[in-house]
Amino acid sequence: MQTHKAKQVAITIEAPMERRLRAALEEAGVTGYSILPVIGGSGRSGAWSAAGQVGLAGGMVQVVCIIRPERLDGLLDAAFAVVERHIGVVTVTDCDVLRAELF
Amino acid sequence: MDGFLTLAAANLGSPLILSFALGLLAALGRSDLVFPEAAAKALSIYLLFAIGLKGGVSVADHGIDLRLGAAIMLGIVLSAVLPLIAFKLLGVMTKLDRTNAAAVAAHYGSISIVTFVAGTSVLESAGIASDGFMVAVAAAMEAPAILSALWLISRGGGEQRMDADLWREILLNGSIVLLIGAFVIGMIVGADGLAEVSSFFVSPFKGALCLFLLDMGLVAGRGLRRSRDVLTPGLLAFGCLMPLIGALVAGGGGALIGLPTGSLFLIMVLGASASYIAVPAAMRVAVPEADPGIYLTLSLGITFPLNLTLGLPIYLALARGIGGG
Repeated sequence: MQTHKAKQVAITIEAPMERRLRAALEEAGVTGYSILPVIGGSGRSGAWSAAGQVGLAGGMVQVVCIIRPERLDGLLDAAFAVVERHIGVVTVTDCDVLRAELF
Repeated sequence: MDGFLTLAAANLGSPLILSFALGLLAALGRSDLVFPEAAAKALSIYLLFAIGLKGGVSVADHGIDLRLGAAIMLGIVLSAVLPLIAFKLLGVMTKLDRTNAAAVAAHYGSISIVTFVAGTSVLESAGIASDGFMVAVAAAMEAPAILSALWLISRGGGEQRMDADLWREILLNGSIVLLIGAFVIGMIVGADGLAEVSSFFVSPFKGALCLFLLDMGLVAGRGLRRSRDVLTPGLLAFGCLMPLIGALVAGGGGALIGLPTGSLFLIMVLGASASYIAVPAAMRVAVPEADPGIYLTLSLGITFPLNLTLGLPIYLALARGIGGG
């Protein structure tokens, strides 16, 4: 089956920054992404869990988007401006998609 | 002294505190008991709405007087000033850098609405009335502390990110919208309106609070277990001392504007409590360099349990001493 090269960018960031990240991505022309809840983890500030939490402050989310390779730099610039000073991880992975027109 | 011991024993033996203790012990003992995040959020919405509604109905019943404006002004001043005291105290008692000290200080100027709700339950059990507008005072105390902390950071040359978006998020955060919204609804519908929904918002209130405190115990216990390395003796002492200072400053201000015993107690509870919802979220955005492991552990792991168990009876005894009743 015909597949097309793409980049998957996963940005794990503090929940209070999610809205800002989404706004930055949309401003950079990235309109397709998914937001996944992160149920817990461990990092520089110690372990944490979303269980039973009422506020956003202790939580993280992951924003995942798949884009054409030539748009990667624009996305990373936009994401970096938001996450630069914050706790979080940005990863870029090569991937293949089935339908070139639908991402 | 006897009066205080009776109050403390009654408080420690109440279903609310025992539920909190169960959660705390379960977490410290590494039980797999987990409160679903969605359930915790639903319960917090219920409690905030109920407390706001009852406050609004009380104001509708008793009318608005000058004390309302004075109490709200006092709340704003307390929220702005307490971080400055906390910041100084942290400078003496700990080795925190300026950014972390200011971030911690912000939490102690703002409030814990759950401690406030538990305080209203203590008042109900003791048969002491309070002003319904204290809910509005609680809402007014959420944000000014954040400003004070940011001022402390920028005064030291530190970097902080404060923009219109963050302002909107702080001023329209869910707790404030729910508290004030339900308060206004209560003022509009009055006692007759409350009677229509009392089977949901009044009778089950304490039971729901028990479950919520069970969750808070779990969260506090997990936080404590994971953050043992963060807690130096100085920070621990600050987390125990600052609530008492906050309560005394708030009590002094409350007495100055003539609050009656019940409301005096509640303003002391607000002054003593530390935020763990609104301020941490604002600090993550505005001051990301500050370590959440420090301020969340202090406010949720140390000050919240201390206020809930020993603080409430101490503040009630003090309020009775100052205001009579």
